Amino acid sequence: MGLSHDDVTEILRIIDESDVDELRVETEGFKLHVVRRGAATSAPAGEPAATAATASSDTARDDLLAVPSPMLGTFYRAESPGATPFVEVGAEVEPDTTVCIIEVMKMMNSVAAGVSGRVVEICARNGERVDYGAPLFRVAP
Amino acid sequence: MKRVLIPNRGEIALRIVRACEQLGLESVVAASEPDRDGLAARRADRVVVLGPGPASESYLRDDAIVQAALGTGCDAIHPGYGFLSESPRFARRAREHGITFVGPPTSAIELAGDKLAARFEAERAGAPVLGGGEVTSAAEASRLAREIGYPVLVKAAGGGGGRGIRQARDAAELEAIIGLARGEAATSFGDDRLYVERLVPRARHVEVQVAADEGGAVVALGDRDCSVQRRFQKLIEEGPAPGLGTDLRARLLDAAVAVARAIGYANLGTVEFVLDADTEQFFFLEINCRIQVEHPVTEAVTGRDLVALQLQIADGAPLGFTQSEIKSDGHAVECRLNAEDVTKGFMPSPGKLSIFAVPERRGLRVDTHCFAGATIPPYYDSLMAKLIAHGDDRASAIALMLDALEAVDVEGVETNRTLLAAVLGHPDFRKGAVTTDWLGAAVL
Repeated sequence: MGLSHDDVTEILRIIDESDVDELRVETEGFKLHVVRRGAATSAPAGEPAATAATASSDTARDDLLAVPSPMLGTFYRAESPGATPFVEVGAEVEPDTTVCIIEVMKMMNSVAAGVSGRVVEICARNGERVDYGAPLFRVAP
Repeated sequence: MKRVLIPNRGEIALRIVRACEQLGLESVVAASEPDRDGLAARRADRVVVLGPGPASESYLRDDAIVQAALGTGCDAIHPGYGFLSESPRFARRAREHGITFVGPPTSAIELAGDKLAARFEAERAGAPVLGGGEVTSAAEASRLAREIGYPVLVKAAGGGGGRGIRQARDAAELEAIIGLARGEAATSFGDDRLYVERLVPRARHVEVQVAADEGGAVVALGDRDCSVQRRFQKLIEEGPAPGLGTDLRARLLDAAVAVARAIGYANLGTVEFVLDADTEQFFFLEINCRIQVEHPVTEAVTGRDLVALQLQIADGAPLGFTQSEIKSDGHAVECRLNAEDVTKGFMPSPGKLSIFAVPERRGLRVDTHCFAGATIPPYYDSLMAKLIAHGDDRASAIALMLDALEAVDVEGVETNRTLLAAVLGHPDFRKGAVTTDWLGAAVL
């Protein structure tokens, strides 16, 4: 079972809006574990480290800044096919650093980071359709 | 046709989603950010977010909309009404990308949008038109106005839907407004062409719903009277138009069909006429090449699903029925419940609905996207709900509507509910059709 980025975002949103503290999904070749920050988990005593790590990444997630898509279109990591991507995970960005291109009907629109920091996550796949407002990158300030 | 993109909002987006469900089609709503959790978006199979609230950054972005259609595998776009539904550029763009635009051919959309050209074609098709014509200078306007007689209307060729219209009661007034009208037309419509038209002082707005398939069959699905208006915006519509003799009705419907046929029309459209209440002469006004807000009036009386018919025609299906198979059952009245403050110049009243309750009655239909807890955003028109009452005759339809309005409960925003009830209860309205100047004169 493959989940797209959209699906994961949707799952997180559903959990966020519900009373669920922990979700564990395991199928063949796929495992998903989501824990709400601060919630007691059902992890066995032998896995406290994993729980702590999950909790700390949730805390860290709250401090991250999202770079939202300024328009609906197709997300491209580089100026042209095969070219070097504008940024990779770990890249330092300033507000006016070009981080990607959103293409709408053959019109290429450069997107600036809008924030200062280090790219921690690339949220969309190259060539993926993104909605207006969808998070494209997460940046640690 | 498998999957339809709906770049619209509110009650009409929901209406189209429902029609898609009826036909077993998938629906994708392309919404603005504030509308992403609306009823239409939730009910559709999928929602995509076009942009922020302002229409210019979302519902009017034809590039984003076509992109959204392509990205979600939609093979058709139903534009609804308003926004880009009458944009030939948008229709052309969609079609160029192999997407079915649910509406007439691009050439018909272009013609319909050029009010001057539409007038010319209607006249050529044999429909009566009001005295008037294009004017390119103040002197020409003055000459023409003197010929046809004051008062006159100065209209923008690129206007329509009640926009770009000014009145001149005499030569001095005409001279004063002509320059202003031209400038406004250029800015608002990108087309500074003007025409002058005789003003019928006691006029009724009567329109005919037409439908045509891509094989060339054209029918008239009936007429509607939309004379209860405020500043050219319709408030209450009804069908059939009251008090039309058989012969007059037949000539009206024939004229509408002739116009539609002459311009190679396909899909659903509405031919609007001005009916002189005193002489019973009618004149072509304009043609609207999209589904109208008041389409449920015709649906009630004919028993047909007009939005489903639009989708079917766009998919290449023939009409499937002849003119003689169209029936007219009873009488229907529609009221537009708007979020506006009647006491403050009809200022729109956006806000959060703490209470929103509409009654259920036999013969009553309510088309709405509103619910308790919903927020009415400030970016769009103020239409909250359409109430449609269908009865055996006009009196019973009016009685049903009055009863329904009494039971409508809305808190959180101001509405025009009491105004609607005042109109329906007014002796003039009860007696029969009113004229387009009536609401302003008799009620407001």
